Amino acid sequence: MSEIHNYSMNFGPQHPAAHGVLRLVLELDGETIQKADPHVGLLHRGTEKLAESKPFNQSIGYMDRLDYVSMTCNEHSYVLAIEKLLGIQPPIRAQYIRVMFDEITRVLNHLMWLGAHGLDIGAMTIFLYCFREREDLMDVYEAVSGTRMHATYYRPGGVYRDLPDSMPKYQDSKFRSKKELNHLNSVREGSVLDFIEAFTVKFPGCVDEYETLLTDNRIWKQRTVNIGVVSAERAMQLGFSGPMLRGSGVEWDLRKKQPYEVYDRMDFDIPVGTNGDCYDRYLVRVEEMRQSNRIIKQCVDWLRANPGPVMLDDHKIVAPRRIEMKDDMESLIHHFKLFTEGYCVPEGEAYAAIEHPKGEFGIYLVSDGANKPYRVKIRAPGFAHISAMSEMVEGHMLADVVAVIGTQDIVFGEVDR
Amino acid sequence: MTDRYETLDARIVERFGEQVTRIASSCGELTIEVAKDDLIAVATALRSEPEFGFEMLMDVCGVDYLLYGESEWTTSSATDSGFSRGVQRRPVILDEADQFDARRFAVVYHLLSLRHNTRLRMRVFTGTDNPPRVRSVVDIWNSANWFEREAFDMFGILFEGHPDLRRVLTDYGFIGHPFRKDFPLIGNVEVSYDPVKGRVAYQPVSIEPRTLVPKVIRDDNRYDEQLWDTGNE
Repeated sequence: MSEIHNYSMNFGPQHPAAHGVLRLVLELDGETIQKADPHVGLLHRGTEKLAESKPFNQSIGYMDRLDYVSMTCNEHSYVLAIEKLLGIQPPIRAQYIRVMFDEITRVLNHLMWLGAHGLDIGAMTIFLYCFREREDLMDVYEAVSGTRMHATYYRPGGVYRDLPDSMPKYQDSKFRSKKELNHLNSVREGSVLDFIEAFTVKFPGCVDEYETLLTDNRIWKQRTVNIGVVSAERAMQLGFSGPMLRGSGVEWDLRKKQPYEVYDRMDFDIPVGTNGDCYDRYLVRVEEMRQSNRIIKQCVDWLRANPGPVMLDDHKIVAPRRIEMKDDMESLIHHFKLFTEGYCVPEGEAYAAIEHPKGEFGIYLVSDGANKPYRVKIRAPGFAHISAMSEMVEGHMLADVVAVIGTQDIVFGEVDR
Repeated sequence: MTDRYETLDARIVERFGEQVTRIASSCGELTIEVAKDDLIAVATALRSEPEFGFEMLMDVCGVDYLLYGESEWTTSSATDSGFSRGVQRRPVILDEADQFDARRFAVVYHLLSLRHNTRLRMRVFTGTDNPPRVRSVVDIWNSANWFEREAFDMFGILFEGHPDLRRVLTDYGFIGHPFRKDFPLIGNVEVSYDPVKGRVAYQPVSIEPRTLVPKVIRDDNRYDEQLWDTGNE
């Protein structure tokens, strides 16, 4: 009689459910996973080393490209770390704009996650539903920064510019009827804030739609309930954060516990799971979208009522406006110095962590008093999560690997850096 | 610094005394430096004693202090022909040395206590060993596993007692430790398709290293606490 061996299987890096470039070496006993060995780093770009070779402001754009589905949140952490070392605080309006964009980004991220996770484990429709709403929020990004994704919108000392008074509109096209065009542009007639407000009114209904498709769906529950269970104790031991930690029943949210910017003025709740399985994490993230929507609404109301500066007036750190440079020697010098050399950050070290949609995203910045950071370490939540992959999939079936990758909300931009 | 941190600070001084060194911070963060040999004892205490309760290790990272405080622009006098690119590049190949400067490599741990809602930064210098060595904390905090692999990959720091110290982010068969300050930004090798061999092949880099913006360190009186006008406060 021949001996029965376990066999190894290679999953990815070119697999549609690998969420980018993940190579998993799986050791299988029949269809049951004995061990999973994730090989990451296929997207490693050396962001930290690149940031160490450039003046502080030139690396903000790199941060967008880390977790490329929650762009401004990455920037936020980096900018906060610099502000901490410089000892400055942005104007209050900038803080509200940042909070609003963090929450818009959270919705963007969770929509992307929900769509892709659904698609991975067999729910086709949800993907299209999610991308419909994602598109609206991308337009908000475009309106404030000119790009749909890599905004580079946050700067040390505030945000690059105030919210514009108009939204980009759809153009006339032979593929679109006049009636359709008017319908698409009907919410885009007012300012960006009007558009966001219209979104917040519409969005809870959209979340209801997603929940109708999934929450009580028999197949969805079969694929997620009791899959990838992590106890609260293990989740802490493994360095989980964000929805991965809350899904296991630990009530921990940096927005509440260590509030930054104006989160202490916001009214919102933290959803917490009980079982720590994929289904609980799904429920947590869906509820987070609703809570984010509440925060966005509060920010819109405040921003409408309180105009003001969105950037500090300190030209040792923030570039002067173009118009000032035209007839002010001092401004011209400041501009020249900032763009050829940058600003020097006092010697010291800081760790700035924010509640990123995926968990705790932190930047550890060491400065030796130069115009470039001495060391930038990016603490990516996904890195800690994927290191627990083996533990989460052991004993599950091959098909559940996909569910676990999905539930970890892995994006390789931040894991590989 | 808030009350929470003052309490924690006092507790650490009381509990560990000479074992730890407090590092002053300008932004209200608590940093302690621990001797290499005390690492495991201090880490275990921080993790398990309820008055500290650091049940989470959020991050482990290496730092290479080789070029700390060194400026790339050292021109001191003006010229009549204008400045050149003014970049001083010190050739540093220290890997062959038997010993490193004792304060060259450090491992930095970021701890978080959910119970007390506090953070703590702990730094350990690896000493003069080449390759640098430090004890692994995987048994104390399991999350250290991949973070230590990364620090090994990027800085070549060996973590004694780590169950599976393999490279994690760089390519299979990569040579060197890219985040060391003596590793060039452009790398040492480039890849291209070799039609003769019929495969992708490595060769030495064909580009020159270039510094676009030189690193400068300026004395800025705004950050000099002794010059602060305290009368206005």
